[in-house]
Amino acid sequence: MMKYSIFSLARAALSGHKTWQPTWRDATPKDRYDVVIIGGGGHGLATAWFLASEFGIRNVAVLEKGWIGSGNAGRNTTIIRSNYGLPGNTGFYELSMKLWERMEQDLNYNAMVSQRGVLNLYHSDAQRDAFARRGNTMRINGIDAELLDQAALRKMLPFLNFDNARFPVQGGLLQRRGGTARHDAVVWGYAHAASALGVDIIQNCEVTGFVRDANGKVTGVETSRGRIGAGKVGMAVAGSSSRVAAMAGLRLPIESHVLQAFVSEAIKPLIPNVMTFGAGHFYVSQSDKGGLVFGGDIDGYNSYAQRGNLPVMEDVCEGGMALIPMIGRVRLLRQWGGIMDMSMDGSPIIDKSPVEGLYLNAGWCYGGFKATPGSGFVFAHLIARDETHKEAARFRLDRFRTGAMIDEKGQGAQPNLH
Amino acid sequence: MRIVCPFCGERELGEFTYLGDAKPQRPTADASEDAVYDYVYLRDNVAGVMSENWYHGGGCRTWLKVTRNTLTHEISAVEPAAGTGARQVAK
Repeated sequence: MMKYSIFSLARAALSGHKTWQPTWRDATPKDRYDVVIIGGGGHGLATAWFLASEFGIRNVAVLEKGWIGSGNAGRNTTIIRSNYGLPGNTGFYELSMKLWERMEQDLNYNAMVSQRGVLNLYHSDAQRDAFARRGNTMRINGIDAELLDQAALRKMLPFLNFDNARFPVQGGLLQRRGGTARHDAVVWGYAHAASALGVDIIQNCEVTGFVRDANGKVTGVETSRGRIGAGKVGMAVAGSSSRVAAMAGLRLPIESHVLQAFVSEAIKPLIPNVMTFGAGHFYVSQSDKGGLVFGGDIDGYNSYAQRGNLPVMEDVCEGGMALIPMIGRVRLLRQWGGIMDMSMDGSPIIDKSPVEGLYLNAGWCYGGFKATPGSGFVFAHLIARDETHKEAARFRLDRFRTGAMIDEKGQGAQPNLH
Repeated sequence: MRIVCPFCGERELGEFTYLGDAKPQRPTADASEDAVYDYVYLRDNVAGVMSENWYHGGGCRTWLKVTRNTLTHEISAVEPAAGTGARQVAK
């Protein structure tokens, strides 16, 4: 497998860029693996890499129905942050943030991690108080957070609609270590590093059922490319978790919903960070190509269609116009949808399933991208050691039965409102 | 997506609010904890044709039972959800 450096770049340049090799190995399935991961997105590939690099399990396969990164890993708005307020989330997302900060060195791959700052704007005294509390929670937990007033923001982002009559911008909560990463490169980077350690990445391989022994333990999977035996099976198929779990006879506290994202035509550098409108649901950053990447709420109805409808598009654009009126002159270039595992409390599930040998990584709602490295690490920990990592200890499947919910938004068991 | 309301005719999606799968039925007051857990938290999360509750808040303010395919968004039937509607109004 190629090792990337300034020297490899120079060598390839001198040979007219004809010497580049595939960055990862497209494998054909063996009969049996110690661990099979279902789902070749960011979370599945990260899990495989951590299994191989941290936990010494290298006889691993990642099975992907389509091509790697063709699901939500390639459909998100690329934001990374760790500004969560509730126990369970705060520590986990900071673990993930720290892994983002060393990812490119760990993987020897340029994932374009850019810590340009994530700014949540507030528009009322009550919202300021809530943000101050969240910022304090973060700082108590060793995470950076700064509460900025309007004067500071006027210097930083002079183009905001500060004097909006209904939603004046009063200030914002800034996490400077937050930012963006190139989502496809995250997938390719984990594939590159995992493949180099012997992990088999198998594409166009759809899981169609589980193989169970007489005691009900999962001992393998049936796939479109034949039966594959496995010591343990982990599923990281957010969006389709209910469908895959149903093959093992499980019903999950999850609904699948569609979330849309949008990119404008490319313009010169304008938005220096990631910012969110606090009086509606609109978040935006600018890609290195120059397009404004933005999104808002999920559409609100169950869907597996990977496309959304116009009312949400209109709502998102209204949010953008309320915050940054000048973007009304920018044309929308592309729009797409991805399928979210909306859980009943808005938080993920990383746990053993009730079926022996089957491990769950699900329920990421629309926050899975930022969790990619952390999710891979704690899921690999769970699979390798059969015990939960302490930062994922609250992401239990049975929390819905015991009442130990992690409900950041306080919406209750109504998945389309999280 | 447009929904043909039996009272108002064909209207755009923005007029409607979604509640979810119409299949789960609230257990009786003396039902077991398992039955309540199942009703509140577990979902079939159907990939295909599903019967759903929608509310026409931007029109006749009636609860509707909509039969819709979650894979294609195709709507095959819309009828008034009398029972569900009455229970929601009583809340």
